[in-house]
Amino acid sequence: MGEILRLQTPLRDEDVEALRIGQKVLLSGVVYTARDAAHRRMMDLIEAGKPLPIDIKGQVIYYVGPAPAKPGRPIGSAGPTTSYRMDVYSPKLLELGLKGMIGKGKRSKEVIDALVRYKGVYFGATGGAGALLARSVLEAEVVAYEDLGPEAIRRLVVRDLPLIVVNDVLGQDLYEEGVKRYSRQPQA
Amino acid sequence: MREIGFEKIVETVSRLFIEANTELGEDVLDAIRKAKDMEESPTGKEVLAELLENARIAKEEQVPMCQDTGLAVVFVEMGQDVHIVGGHLYEAIQEGVRRGYRDGYLRKSACHPFTRANTGDNTPAIIHMELVPGDRLKIIAMPKGGGSENMSAVAMLTPSVGKPGIMDYVVKRVKEAGSNPCPPVIVGVGIGGTLEKAAILAKRALLRRLGSSNSDPELDQMERELLERINDLGIGPQGYGGRITALGVFIEMMPCHIASLPVAVNIQCHAARHKEAVL
Repeated sequence: MGEILRLQTPLRDEDVEALRIGQKVLLSGVVYTARDAAHRRMMDLIEAGKPLPIDIKGQVIYYVGPAPAKPGRPIGSAGPTTSYRMDVYSPKLLELGLKGMIGKGKRSKEVIDALVRYKGVYFGATGGAGALLARSVLEAEVVAYEDLGPEAIRRLVVRDLPLIVVNDVLGQDLYEEGVKRYSRQPQA
Repeated sequence: MREIGFEKIVETVSRLFIEANTELGEDVLDAIRKAKDMEESPTGKEVLAELLENARIAKEEQVPMCQDTGLAVVFVEMGQDVHIVGGHLYEAIQEGVRRGYRDGYLRKSACHPFTRANTGDNTPAIIHMELVPGDRLKIIAMPKGGGSENMSAVAMLTPSVGKPGIMDYVVKRVKEAGSNPCPPVIVGVGIGGTLEKAAILAKRALLRRLGSSNSDPELDQMERELLERINDLGIGPQGYGGRITALGVFIEMMPCHIASLPVAVNIQCHAARHKEAVL
């Protein structure tokens, strides 16, 4: 197991280029939340040539629909949702300067190719560890699409959010490599 | 006739959903601890340790273990000598869901299929009702997350494929689900009945205690074989590669049509949340 790397958002090209699959990362700084419905709305704006409600250049989007915050807390449980539902939108956002995505589950070939082309990274957070992950969230504020409730875009300030690099700028995929290593099935 | 009041049911349903979402069952915790000992992948071990730590935090802080607090699935076994007073049973369940998801700071995840507009209170609950002998009312609350539900499926197999065909289908389904349903998973399998009955059997199978054996020796053997084959896939915790892809496989079976062989696979993530009460 390698060293745990501390990273600060916004991410620069050189930050992303240094990352390799399996690398553990503790991410700090601002990340934005968005899932299915928020992505759909952002895509509509892009298609209409209108500005997005957030500047995504160098930023990281966390696929999460948090539980409501208890009084005195910045956020409720906040683990990742399954990423493939955002696959159709991600290449366009990466083209526009998005640097990172946090979620769980496999990405499409189009997304993996876009990570290579535009220098981006896909991080995995542990699905189902929402109570644990929420401890890394210091602040949360709805910045767009409040009517979407848990699906609104939130600006989070995180400290040491525990992640692992799943797809890197070389086009590698931790899910595929991991399974190859531990599978006892004949490889197809 | 034994009378049970409307409000009693509302309170019970509300409490069960909050408990289910904040307290992971001892059987699941035990299974994860054992899995952590058996897991060979260092990353896999770390993921399992995170899940145990997460369960501890959720219980201690009384917050949901996962932000996806599910659609509210409710199994009801109603004794035929029970009479509900003060309102309709289904309305009491819906009100209990409304209250539990509000008071427990649980996420409301129910929406309109087309517009995706949130219903705002996590209703309607999905209710599976059974009439049984006696004068008791058993309520099982099972919040079911979307990530693992999305990886579930029903197949109408050709009877000629037999038991080997059923087993291949279950393994294939888990393989295709891969990292998406947050492995380690629990696999509920429903065999027989009709299209909808197979799915309900698969869901009901998920209520079984991890570590328990199937009372049917043939199905018990099949569960063991399936678990081994699934763990040989190498998907591992969170899909990062490893020995432990599933914590358990549970099968329920019933007769089916001479022309049919329905098989349902209902995948459950580690947050196997279900709490019950008998009134």
